[in-house]
Amino acid sequence: MGRRWAALRGLVVKESRHVLRDRQTLVILLLMPLVQVLLYGYAIRTDVSGIRTVIVDPTPDIATRSLLARFEASDRYDVREVVPTDFAIERGFASGALRQAIVLPTDVERRLGRGEPISVLIVTDGSDPNAGSAMRSYAEAILRRWYSEASTNTLGGARGIRVESRMRYNPTLESANLFVPGLIALVVTIVSAMMTAIAITRETEMGTMEMLLVSPLRPSAIVLGKVLPYAALGLLNVFIVLSAAAAVFHVPVRGSLALLLAECLLYVFTTLAIGIVISTAARTQRTAMLMALGGLLLPTIMLSGFIFPIASMPTPLRVFSNIVPARWFLVIVRGIMLKGAGLGTLWQETLVLLGLTTALLAVGIRRLSVRLD
Amino acid sequence: MRIIRLLVWKEFLQVFRDPATAFQILVIPIFQLLILSNAATFDVPRAAMLVVDEDHSSVSAQLIQRLDGSERFRVVDVRPNETGVEAALLDRDARVILRIPHDFERDLVRTGSAPVLLSLDAEDGASAGILQAAATAIMVDVSRDLAAAHPGSSREMQGTVRAGPPLDVRSSNWFNPSANYKHFMVPGLLVSLTTIIGLLVTSQNIVREKELGTLEQLNVSPISRGQFLVGKLLPFWLLAMTTFTIGMTVGVFVFGIPTVGSVPLVFLSAGVYLIVALGIGLLISTIARTQQQVMFVAFFLLLLYLLLSGIFTPLESAPRWAQWIAQASPVKHFVFIMRTVLVRGGGLADIGPTLLGLAVAGVGVMLLAVRQHSRRAD
Repeated sequence: MGRRWAALRGLVVKESRHVLRDRQTLVILLLMPLVQVLLYGYAIRTDVSGIRTVIVDPTPDIATRSLLARFEASDRYDVREVVPTDFAIERGFASGALRQAIVLPTDVERRLGRGEPISVLIVTDGSDPNAGSAMRSYAEAILRRWYSEASTNTLGGARGIRVESRMRYNPTLESANLFVPGLIALVVTIVSAMMTAIAITRETEMGTMEMLLVSPLRPSAIVLGKVLPYAALGLLNVFIVLSAAAAVFHVPVRGSLALLLAECLLYVFTTLAIGIVISTAARTQRTAMLMALGGLLLPTIMLSGFIFPIASMPTPLRVFSNIVPARWFLVIVRGIMLKGAGLGTLWQETLVLLGLTTALLAVGIRRLSVRLD
Repeated sequence: MRIIRLLVWKEFLQVFRDPATAFQILVIPIFQLLILSNAATFDVPRAAMLVVDEDHSSVSAQLIQRLDGSERFRVVDVRPNETGVEAALLDRDARVILRIPHDFERDLVRTGSAPVLLSLDAEDGASAGILQAAATAIMVDVSRDLAAAHPGSSREMQGTVRAGPPLDVRSSNWFNPSANYKHFMVPGLLVSLTTIIGLLVTSQNIVREKELGTLEQLNVSPISRGQFLVGKLLPFWLLAMTTFTIGMTVGVFVFGIPTVGSVPLVFLSAGVYLIVALGIGLLISTIARTQQQVMFVAFFLLLLYLLLSGIFTPLESAPRWAQWIAQASPVKHFVFIMRTVLVRGGGLADIGPTLLGLAVAGVGVMLLAVRQHSRRAD
């Protein structure tokens, strides 16, 4: 037993040296999470703001001026111009200078006073339907609120049902709060799963795997020695992302930090297991790379709820997303960080993740021993 | 010329000798296109709403009915008090909680105004904003209708009635009237998949030769550097163009993406763009020593490029400095060309400067890579 441990330790030391010797990769490895936190926090926003808008108002009066004030006061809108006719807006849209136009009828103030119907046309650049539908909702909400006040103000008093909203868990609607949990998953996936897959496949491709196999080390020890340094790096990256997110964006950890770290550790093992499975299936590093990319990185970005909400996807994809480990990990991390949830709420997700990890490890180890024979 | 032809031929043999590789380069991207384009939607589905109705009045019932019938909300439960409501939000059983307080109807009728409390799970702030806007719009409409239906109520409520019929809001979506997000997403995804394949495979291939030591052998052979680079890049350029062509075919025939503008122009742009992408791959391969390094640097760059390309998230919402950085992403420019030509029907006049910029970048990157490469080899 003692000798085995010593051998395993030797292997871990050797692998760690491999990793540490490669300064270039290390720098990127440590820099990448930082750059990404900054980018996601500042630059990647899924909400729409700075909407370049033109208001077509044939007869400006007090009522339309109050509407203009509302659009200008909204930080989502960037009102470029108020024009009397919709003559020139088409060009603005085609060149991309305009995203939205609010076309008002004539004599709004007088119509309001007489109680005549007012119809407003919202023209939206729909070439990005996601942003388009958001822009439409925003404009409609502003219009309705304005109308409800403008129409009653003329007679004074009533405001009907007042809506008081509370944005729970993320009151400032900060996109960093949404992205940081996903970022942890992404970084861990890249570091643990991909690096593992490549590192093991490299030994196979180079033929050095054979050499390791004729050594007194058992196959499981070889794999363990290979993956442990990457597990450590993965965890280190979790720390970097968390500290950067806390320091720069004040992303909260409302739940238990210990639980969060334990779940991260579990996810590190999940990704390592995936890395092992890939390495048993791939013969060359190129294959491993492409498999890691298609089978791992893209699903982790696209099918985990990281950027795109799972609830919006068509049913087959929603079902499929259940086998993407990052999907479960994301619910857990968001729950702990933003909602202060404990294991009482998250035990199901944790169990699923645990099950997936066990299954992947079992497959990986079995395939590995089959191939080694 | 003969040497280049032989080199190209050699690369093709190497790629297609291994059916798995050919499969990965040509078939997998198409699968990804099919799957991912369905995933990439921000469309906000009907949100599960839990109502705490403390009022139990006809007005509150009417309100609940209206919300449930709307396209944004479905009421999953109505409870008399707040017990367990918090847990429902936490467990994601409900996305929105509406609390209608005691005396809601009385206040509304007597004073013409009554509050309701809306709590939204704002984890995803963007969709929470849309839901909030939708709820507000519905409430405004409901108050109006209620006022109309209660002619005997207070003067204030009648005031609302006299104020006129509901606001008639019509909207029109230009360029994509059916709001089909696939028309928007598929060109973007196609660009990212082609980029990933082209950039990764190029840089990985050259570093592999380095790792195996066969690069040295090529260096001592009578092949010139220019011949070597062309021999390396041409096959992958052709492969990436093939991937792109298959992707376009799938896009047009399966997803029905519009081809308003000129298709040859799109292919011309793709050819220029791929020179940039492959050049970057070449540059990476001159810096990296192992395939692991290549993958790491390439993924890092690709993530930056893709996330700043405006494919997934609207770039207009980003701060100005991020938009400046995004200018350095060739992916962004090619996505712009694709969308402008295919969806909006732009011509050479609209994309000319961008295309020229890409061409200049391509030449620049290539020159840089060649210089780096020869310096390394000496």
